[in-house]
Amino acid sequence: MPAIEMTDAAALPADWRDFLALTKPRVMSLVVFSALAGMLVAPQLPPFALGFTAILCVALGAGACGALNQWYEAEIDAKMRRTATRPLPAGRMDRQSALHFGVGLGSFSVILMGVATNWLAAVLLAASILFYVLIYTVWLKPRTAQNIVIGGAAGAFPPLIGWVAATGRIELLPALLFAIIFLWTPPHFWALSLFVRSDYAAAGIPMLPVVAGIESTRKQIFLYSLPMAAAAIAPWPLGLAGAVYGASAAILSFVFVVLAGRVLASRSSDPSQMGAEKHLFAYSVFYLFALFTVLVVDRWITW
Amino acid sequence: MVKQEDEIVRRQRERSKILALLLGAFVVLMFFITIAKASLNW
Repeated sequence: MPAIEMTDAAALPADWRDFLALTKPRVMSLVVFSALAGMLVAPQLPPFALGFTAILCVALGAGACGALNQWYEAEIDAKMRRTATRPLPAGRMDRQSALHFGVGLGSFSVILMGVATNWLAAVLLAASILFYVLIYTVWLKPRTAQNIVIGGAAGAFPPLIGWVAATGRIELLPALLFAIIFLWTPPHFWALSLFVRSDYAAAGIPMLPVVAGIESTRKQIFLYSLPMAAAAIAPWPLGLAGAVYGASAAILSFVFVVLAGRVLASRSSDPSQMGAEKHLFAYSVFYLFALFTVLVVDRWITW
Repeated sequence: MVKQEDEIVRRQRERSKILALLLGAFVVLMFFITIAKASLNW
């Protein structure tokens, strides 16, 4: 980047790369993947153009959530090392641009979803965006330590949306996929929040480790991993998935519970010594990718 | 050192190019959506 003669970075029109950064592309990848999995396990597949558009709309909706989240939390982001370099706290973009971009992207994604697939999928997409922005970001996150428990529902919508975009209706399997992500979110985020809790404390965000303490959070992580494992294995005994999925889900979930057990047994309060928490956080991302991949493979083998 | 006006023009040009590409992609996407929906007779 060439040096620029200026004093106010926000006086410049924001670089397009900063708009891209607003959409949180890394978070978007897991959202897109889970929506795609939800679509691929549906009993009927839409034509490629419509399926592609549905996944694109989920990605754009997730991008809108990221942009509106960063618009609302610009001052909080400035207080945390992990988020201080984002476009708004770093002063590379004015807040109004982020707001317009987020609202525009979200509205566009919902309308396009309705036009290309069906309006039930569009309503679910709109609900997930509004839930993430209004219920989680604005209402719950700054007020309660249970923010991630209820707010996790927003991240659980994508496989449901993928399924509904393909079929036009809600059934038991996509509802279970919703439940898996809903129950996976607390242990995933609490593992992270344990080793970055000083950031959350500095920003005044009442994450569970800040409010209830480290030991209580470790206990909650373990307790949530049990119903999550049950929900992950449930499609097999319910006849919604085959043995390949059932065995894989059992093994993957067993490892998850063991790692959550290691977190429960851990006694370190120094973030640099929190190996068990970092392992669980990394494994939790792999777990969701692997579980949904196996579900798709199992469905295609069964067909 | 690059003058601020030059940087503003450079960024506006980049944003215009990206917007043109996105609009073009949207037109192509709408074409394929129309064809797919017509074939489904939705």
